This record gives sequence, structure tokens and C-alpha cells, in this order.
Amino acid sequence: MKTRSKILIAKEKMKDKSRVQMLLNWLGPFLGLILVLIIFSSIPEVQDRFLRISNLKSVATQSVIVALGALGMTFVIISGGIDLSAASNIALASVITAFAINAGFSPVLALFFGVLTGGMVGMVNGALITSLRLVPFIVTLGMLGIARGVAKWIAGNQKIDAPLTWVNELMAKSPRPSWLLMAPGVWIMILFAVAMAVILRYSVFGRHVFAIGSNEATARLCGIRISRTKILVYTIAGLFCGLSGVMEFSRLTVGDPTVAVGLELDIIAAVVIGGGSLSGGAGSILGSMIGVFIMAFLRNGCTMMGWPNYIQEIIIGAIIVAAVALDQIRHRQAL
Amino acid sequence: MMNCSPPSGSLLRMEHISKRFGATCALDDVDFDLRKGEVHALIGENGAGKSTLVKILSGAVAADQGSISLEGYSFKSSNPLASRKQGIAMIYQELNLAPHLSVEENIMLGREIQRLGFVKRKTMQEAVEKALELVHHPEIKSHIPVKKLSVGAKQIVEIARALVGKAKVLIMDEPTSSLTQEDTLRLFQVIRQLKNQGVSIIYISHFLEEVQKVADRFTVLRDGKKIHTGRMEEISVDDLIQMMVGQKFVEMFPRIDHEIGEVVLQLKGLKGKRMATKVDLALRRGEILGVAGLIGAGRTETLRTVFGLDSIEKGTIVVGTIETDKGAPWIRIGQSVGLLSEDRQEEGMALSLSVADNLTLSRFSPYKKWGLLRLKKRREAVEFRLKQAKIKAQDPEQPVFGLSGGNQQKVALARLLHQEADILLLDEPTRGIDVMSKSQIYEWMGKLVQQGKAIIFVSSYLPELLGVCDKIAVFHRGNLIDIRPVPDWDTQSIMTVATLGRIPNENQVENSDRQGKDER
Repeated sequence: MKTRSKILIAKEKMKDKSRVQMLLNWLGPFLGLILVLIIFSSIPEVQDRFLRISNLKSVATQSVIVALGALGMTFVIISGGIDLSAASNIALASVITAFAINAGFSPVLALFFGVLTGGMVGMVNGALITSLRLVPFIVTLGMLGIARGVAKWIAGNQKIDAPLTWVNELMAKSPRPSWLLMAPGVWIMILFAVAMAVILRYSVFGRHVFAIGSNEATARLCGIRISRTKILVYTIAGLFCGLSGVMEFSRLTVGDPTVAVGLELDIIAAVVIGGGSLSGGAGSILGSMIGVFIMAFLRNGCTMMGWPNYIQEIIIGAIIVAAVALDQIRHRQAL
Repeated sequence: MMNCSPPSGSLLRMEHISKRFGATCALDDVDFDLRKGEVHALIGENGAGKSTLVKILSGAVAADQGSISLEGYSFKSSNPLASRKQGIAMIYQELNLAPHLSVEENIMLGREIQRLGFVKRKTMQEAVEKALELVHHPEIKSHIPVKKLSVGAKQIVEIARALVGKAKVLIMDEPTSSLTQEDTLRLFQVIRQLKNQGVSIIYISHFLEEVQKVADRFTVLRDGKKIHTGRMEEISVDDLIQMMVGQKFVEMFPRIDHEIGEVVLQLKGLKGKRMATKVDLALRRGEILGVAGLIGAGRTETLRTVFGLDSIEKGTIVVGTIETDKGAPWIRIGQSVGLLSEDRQEEGMALSLSVADNLTLSRFSPYKKWGLLRLKKRREAVEFRLKQAKIKAQDPEQPVFGLSGGNQQKVALARLLHQEADILLLDEPTRGIDVMSKSQIYEWMGKLVQQGKAIIFVSSYLPELLGVCDKIAVFHRGNLIDIRPVPDWDTQSIMTVATLGRIPNENQVENSDRQGKDER
């Protein structure tokens, strides 16, 4: 009897330990964000402005474009791939949306075209990667140039002005029905983040994505249809770039083919800061979203401090390396 | 340095070695001694402490207690490099060679002879030639890149590397697990030569017959304790097994009655992308069909073609009643065919995924509702399977890399059961796992065929093929030479067919390598 109760106690202890571990694992990604918030809200010069509701709202709005891109990128990176064409795709979608509105299509259709364009670019990425058996880095590097080029071509190498429609209110900091509190784009972002988190964690498709990223040979052995799944992953990533492009158009009110240059690296950085592994098999939507907000709040805080752009760049660069290093240490301890 | 004088001939002495990992005691007061120029086999089940013991020598792990002396001087090592410098080198199971570099560059890697930062090519070449001469192997030339060598030759290169480093003690951990018979024999020759040069070898292997051939003495470990050290010639394999498993009585090859029914899988002149020639084969319900042959004889390639991992070039496969010349794993899984990969690390397991994911990956359907997984339901199912299969895992959500090799293999097998496969293609299911797990796997196989499933069992370990199969097919260089019921085979005759491609006891030379392509 005694030994039995001992075993029970030991089991309870194990549970406690794993609970602490779980809590730490769950909190881990938040810690960085909390740290950034604490730092800026304790600096007297910016303290009161930084935590003001209007500032939080504007940070949220600024995050929408990167966040939408990061939702799709999370899937791509977990599957062991990468999408370097994300930012070009965003620019292309914004140009298409402006073009369609200019051409007299209804805003709903224009939005639809924008998103669809992004999806098509993603699908082409996926199809090339699976049918030519090229590494995603190369295919999407090529697409980075192609999509940007096509965007410039369609726009005639200049900005496309378009008449103001409700599409432009998607990113308005003070939304029209004031009970919305935040820009509709922010709500769209939250909605999709929740949906994608559920899909990633609980859907069969999500499990397949993890399996492919963890070990593609095993996934094939277990009857997962690799090509189909990968094409779907890149198409989803493309669709989110398309939506992000629509938001970009909404913010700028013009279709600009030169917008968002280099933004793909921000998107990738967000996913990686949030625990995504470039070798595949690891990552989460929550993590990626926190990654987006860590970078957004840093930018915001630095701007308020009146620090020049290069300081921001240095800090964010350092954060990327530190975040991944910390994540690895955390994982090693978990073993 | 207090107790200096070792008994005559003792090169290495380990005394009262203990090591704990958390709550588990990996080694408990173990003594071990190695004489100059002897091959000393270290025998035990997986987890008996063999690896820990040699890791202490190689410097990868530090002992908690105990003393080690090498040539009478106390030996301490905190890392593999320090061990190597003192003359103890480990030949790893997973080879540590840079595939793009040449044999010579690999051998001299990290110990380039240099002057003012420039390598002294000539001196190096001489040292390499000397070492290669000692381990003579026709395939190895100092200038060719290592990736062009066979696994066996690569291992010899590793040994040569250790020799250039003036190793006194070589540790070999399962050196033959991925070697062909030919390469194994060559390795044994090299080992004999090394012995004559006064090099001592610690030899770890699960292949007891091999151990008997190559070792002078043996030490059996069980549950971290030393059970016995003795001379190899004075002990039988059965006694060794008895010592390894202890009091637990193990019936190595449990025979379970089963009935053989109609043909469920047939290969008709099947040739896959990586198969040398066409193969004809039929598998019946309730049958275990063993497949023997050397590594690279086409056994794995045949299984992979059947399962749709390699594309079909010629011929057809009949699964049940459906004849097809196309295939993909997802189609085969739909036809209740399952494959266990020979390469657990690279293919069989997604190591970073959880036990639950690995176990259920090939069949999510029972837990699926509107495309979403019901994780609670799955957890219950997985817990049941783990208990049923006696898999030691703390939690179904724990990553699979935390499990021992034997338990990982059981997860891979449990996946096939969970998948409800009726036709199981098992490629080396017992490789590198301990005796207990092996015997458990044999028992499963027996139970499965009793339920009317059919199994193709590829193995390089002949006793297990002879022990559990109904029929055995033997491959030689891509050709299926012969299929016979088990009573018509013995180790000798299988080996003859596998190595020579000829059916023994038949004087006509009817089936030599080059003419063996006659259509059956």
C-alpha cells in the first residue's frame, strides 16, 4: 500500500512538473512581447503615449498586412518550405485590386480578384515546387521577380489611382460604425488567425502539414498525398498574400507596384520569432502573431522615441537571432 | 595511480563504474577489462548499458563513479577528442565521413600534417597509404570521393582513420548491421589483422553468431550490471541469450497455428524503377513469406515498388482482385497494404512529432469530424494501443525521439495495426532492437496471420526467417532465385543461394549471374 501511494505522489509530482513546463511553453512566446511592452511603457518620454488606446489601435492596424502574410507563411514554413514571393505577391494583388476598381468592377469583385490573384500565384509556386521537384527557395525566389515584374507591367510602371470605395475603409483607424472599435481589417485578421490556428492544430490537413515538415518520407509512407498538400499550402499562403494586398491597397488608396519591397523578410521573421522552424515541423499561429506584434511594437516604440530607422533595423535583427536562440534553448530543456 | 600493476596483458581496466541518468541507473558498479590485441564482445539487450559504457570510454559521457586505467596510467576523458588523443577511437554506427571529400582527405580530417598553414601532401599520402595497406580493401583508393564507396568500404575508411590516429583501442558499435555478407567477412579479416598488430577491439553486436566468430572474450551486461565475463569458445549462443535476458523465459520464435488461404497479393513480372529484373511472387492469406538475400539484392526495392514508393516500369500487381500497373502509398493504404520501412530514423518515423501522431498518421479517419480531429478520442485510442503493444511511453503527446529504438519500432508496427492493414510488408522489422522486443514482434506476426492477415518479412537475420516464416524467397543481385517452404531450407542453403545465386545440391550450372535473366 505504501509503495502504491508513493507512486501516486510521484505521478502527481510529474504532473505538476509537466504543468509548469506546459505553462512555460505556452507563455514562452508571450514573454518577448511582454518584455517589449514593459520596456517601452517604463520609459518616461513615451510612457503615456505608448500605452494609449489610440496608439494600440494604430499598431494593430499597421500589423494587419504583415500578420495576414504570416498566417500563410506559418503553414509554408511548418511544411518545411519558404515563400520569398510573398511581398511581390502582395504588391501584385494591390495593383490588381486598384486596376479592377478602376476598370469599373464593383468593390466586392475587385477584392475578390485581388485575393484570387494572390491565390493563383501561390498555386503556381506549389505546382512548380512539386512538379519540377525544385526547392521552394528557388521557385519562390523566381516568383519574387516575376510577380513584381507583372505588377509593374500591369500598372504601367506607376501607381494606379482608384476612386475611393468602402474597400478603403477596411484599414481606417476610426471605423465607420464606431461600435467596431478597431479597423475592419484588424477584425478580419483576428478572425482568420483563429480559424487558421484551429485548422493547423485540429484539422487533418494541419497534421499532414506538420508531418510533411517533420519528415516528408514518413508522410509519404503513411499515405499522405504530398504534392496535393503542398500545393494547397502554397495556395493558402498566396490567398493570404492576396488579402494582404487588398489591405495594402485599402491603406494606400492606390495600387502601387513598388510597395512592400522586402516585406517577405518581415513576414518570415515574424514566423521564426514565433517559434517556426525553417527546417520544418514546428511553429504555431499564436507564435507567429506574437512575432508580428513584437516587431510592430518595437517599430512603434522606436519611432516615438525619435530613434532613426537604422536603430530599429539593428534592434529587430538582434531580436530575430535572440528569439531563435532562446527558442532552441527552451526546446533543449524540454528534452 | 594508486593501484598500478594490472594483471598481465591488461591494456584497459574499468573498475566500479556507475552512471545514473535521472532516476534510471544505466551502469551499476561495472568492471571491465580489455587485453592487448584481443577482441572483446560487449553483449546485452538494448538499454543494458553497453552504449553508456563505451560512451564513457569515448568521452561522450562522464562516469559518476569508478576508475579507468589505460596501460597502467589513470585515464580521464571529458570529450571524444581527448579520448582519441589517448588512443581510444570509436567507429560509429552512423558513419562520420564527409561524403564529398576523398578517402585521403577524410582520413586526415582534423589531423592534417601542416607546415606554416600549408598541408604537407606527401607526408600525409604516405601515412594514408600505410593505413590503407593494413585494412586492405580493393574498393578503396585514396583519391576517390567517399560517397562513391559502399557502406562496408566507408566503415573501413573510418577504421583507417582511427589507425592513422594511433588508436590502441577501437570501439565498434554494431559494425555489421548494414553490411553485406561479403563486407562483413572482409571486416572480420581486417579485425584479425588489427589484432595481430596489437590493437584491442571492443565489439558490440546483436548478431550473436557473428560475435562468436570474431570475439575472443565476452562480457554480458543486463540492466546496467555486469553478469559475466568469459572466453567465447567456452559458451554457446543459447547460454549467451539466457544471460542477456536473465530469468525471464523467452520463447524466441513462438509458433502460433495459422491457416493458409487464397492468394491476396501477386506480382506478375513486376519491375520497378530501381529493381534489376522482373519478379514473380504470390502471397497467401495467413502466410508469412520470408525474403532473404544480401543487402542490395533487390528485396527492399521490390517491397517499395509494391507499396508504390517506386514507380512500376513493367508488369502488374494484383491486390485482392484488382490488377494494376500504377501505385502510390495512399492507394495501397486504401487497399489495406502497409509497409514498415527498413530505415526507422530517416523514413519510418517523424521523430519530432508525437507518439500519437506517428501512430495514427496513416489513418485519421476514426477521429475525423468535418475535417477536424477529435483529439480526446484519439488520445484514448492511442493509450489503448500503447498498452496493448507494451510500448513504454510517458505520454501519447511526447515526441517520439524520446523513446528507445525498440519502442520506436513498436510504434511503427502499431501504426500498421492501427491502419488495419491486411497485407503487411515488413522490411527488417527487428534490426537493431533488443531480444525482448524482437520476440514480441515475432509473436505479433504469428497472431496477425492467425487472424488471416498476410505478411512479407524481409530480413538479413536468417534464424528469425527460419523461425517464423512459412515460406522463404531468396534474392540474388535483383533476381528472385528460389521460393521454398521453410522445412526445405537451412541457413547454409539460403546463404549459398544468396551469395552465389545458385540453388545448392544441383550440379548443373543453370542459373549463373549473367544468364539468370531467363523469363520464368
